[in-house]
Amino acid sequence: MIRDRSSSSRVFDIFNSIFLVAVALLCLLPLWYTLCVSLSDKSSVAAGAVQLWPVGVNLNSYNQIMHDSQFVQAVWVSVQRVLLATVVQFIVVVCTAYPLSKTTKQFRGRDVLMWIVVFCMLFNGGLIPWYQTIRSLGLLNSLWALVLGPGLPMFSVILVVNFVRNLPKELEEAAEMDGAGPWFTLFRIVIPVSVPVLAATMLFGIVFHWNDFMVGLILMTKSENYPLQTYIQQMVIVMTSTMSEEQYKRMNEMSNQTLGAAKIFIAILPVLPLYLFTQKYFIKGMTLGSVKE
Amino acid sequence: MRNRGLSKHYYLMLLPGFAWLLLFSILPMFGLVMAFQDYNPGQGVLGSPWVGWDNFQYLLELDDSRTIFFNTVYISVLKILGNLLVPLVFALLLNELRLGFLKKSIQTIAYLPHFLSWVILGGIMLDLFSLHGPVNHLLSAFGVRPVSFFGRADLFPGLAVGSDVWKEFGYNAIFYLAALTGISESLYESASIDGATRWQQLWTVTLPGISTTIVLLTVLSLGNVLNAGFDQIFNLYNPIVYSTGDIVDTWVYRSGLINLQYSLATAAGLIKSFVGFLLIVLAYFLADKYAQYRIF
Repeated sequence: MIRDRSSSSRVFDIFNSIFLVAVALLCLLPLWYTLCVSLSDKSSVAAGAVQLWPVGVNLNSYNQIMHDSQFVQAVWVSVQRVLLATVVQFIVVVCTAYPLSKTTKQFRGRDVLMWIVVFCMLFNGGLIPWYQTIRSLGLLNSLWALVLGPGLPMFSVILVVNFVRNLPKELEEAAEMDGAGPWFTLFRIVIPVSVPVLAATMLFGIVFHWNDFMVGLILMTKSENYPLQTYIQQMVIVMTSTMSEEQYKRMNEMSNQTLGAAKIFIAILPVLPLYLFTQKYFIKGMTLGSVKE
Repeated sequence: MRNRGLSKHYYLMLLPGFAWLLLFSILPMFGLVMAFQDYNPGQGVLGSPWVGWDNFQYLLELDDSRTIFFNTVYISVLKILGNLLVPLVFALLLNELRLGFLKKSIQTIAYLPHFLSWVILGGIMLDLFSLHGPVNHLLSAFGVRPVSFFGRADLFPGLAVGSDVWKEFGYNAIFYLAALTGISESLYESASIDGATRWQQLWTVTLPGISTTIVLLTVLSLGNVLNAGFDQIFNLYNPIVYSTGDIVDTWVYRSGLINLQYSLATAAGLIKSFVGFLLIVLAYFLADKYAQYRIF
């Protein structure tokens, strides 16, 4: 890079680096604070002694929540949900996107079907009709409601359609010459070369299903069916948000913050390796699918 | 002949996806007729009495409606502006960093909040901004009396917008950073040979180079004018701040699922879906016209 070497330019570089490092620390701060609170002892936290460093480090809160059967159950519901949703989404997204990636010449119904998908992505019946539909399907309190309730991941379908459309035509033509049927072409040719976009859509799916609290809150009427985030929402947050100002102030002094912080930290943990290792895929996935040409 | 044979397989492949769409997206659309009924779960959609536009009329007369509509648009427009500008500035500053390692690390850390849920971040924020939390601790060092941040209606929109921008700026910068890598190095070289300072290069090379992306993101965000962010507001608000923090989505949730006013909530939801749909279509139309962008 041939760049400006003046002293003002150097000064800018120094301040710029310091500023950006501060910005990055600001992104880590809440995480760090939560970790500190969860590791500190209860009374120090209640006394407001824990700011940015743990006081009286111990693992009591982690020990305690490991034996909290409701918490363990909520983690288990979330794990099941994410596993089932990942498998279901992968198969359905791939099988839906592949035919839609064909040209109208290759597959006549393609345009109409694609418009139906886009229309469903842009327009929805709203919360109440959605809830009533799932209730009348008899899916309240079932794991399938958590997996299927949010609907076909249409954004992922469109990402995959765009990706497959831009693959070199020769790839599939060669397979067809050799007499490969559409299923063989899809699973043996298209899927292996679409790993980047499929990894991105899988990441989006996993993150969504792990992080979602609303579907669980609305469709699960029994607390033992709550996924982790709904459980945390109900146990940690609702208490603070439905109170009067006076109660709210008093609650702040009384609540067991360390337990809440430990639960929150455990809910964050799986997300960390996931996003770190799939970074290059989601960056590619986002920029490929949205800023085309 | 051969194509017809293939079509059969294609329809078979589409079967599960379209069954999913039918059950969880298309069927609920038919449920929208509830907005024109006095819906009663016992009688169902088919048996409930029709009331025409009554629910909409009632909504228009409701005092809350204006407040909620205003809150929604106010919060979402501020979020849109913040989510366009802050990531842009961040991407531009990051682009000026010369240390590749530092640049990569900062970028990676900045993505993190995007991947955390509002339940988590809401819980953390309520802690951070509580009366004895670190923020008040810091303020007291400057002699400011403790502020009950989430107990004050006047502060709520600012906290909501600020925390949303904080959560998303790193992730939103992806689009700008991708566009920045697309600018040819030779443009910078010739600019510096012409004696352009870095500041001048920013205006003559960098910004023009990513102008399409800026226009595109601006236009597309038009579709979000009614999305003030249910997940966030729901986890941060409380009755004290309803006057500035209650938005269409949270109101629909409370009136429909807590107070069981199904028809009224459906009507409000329908207005939001319909206007939102028009906005997105307009956004896509403009994006296609001015930035040659198509979603498929």
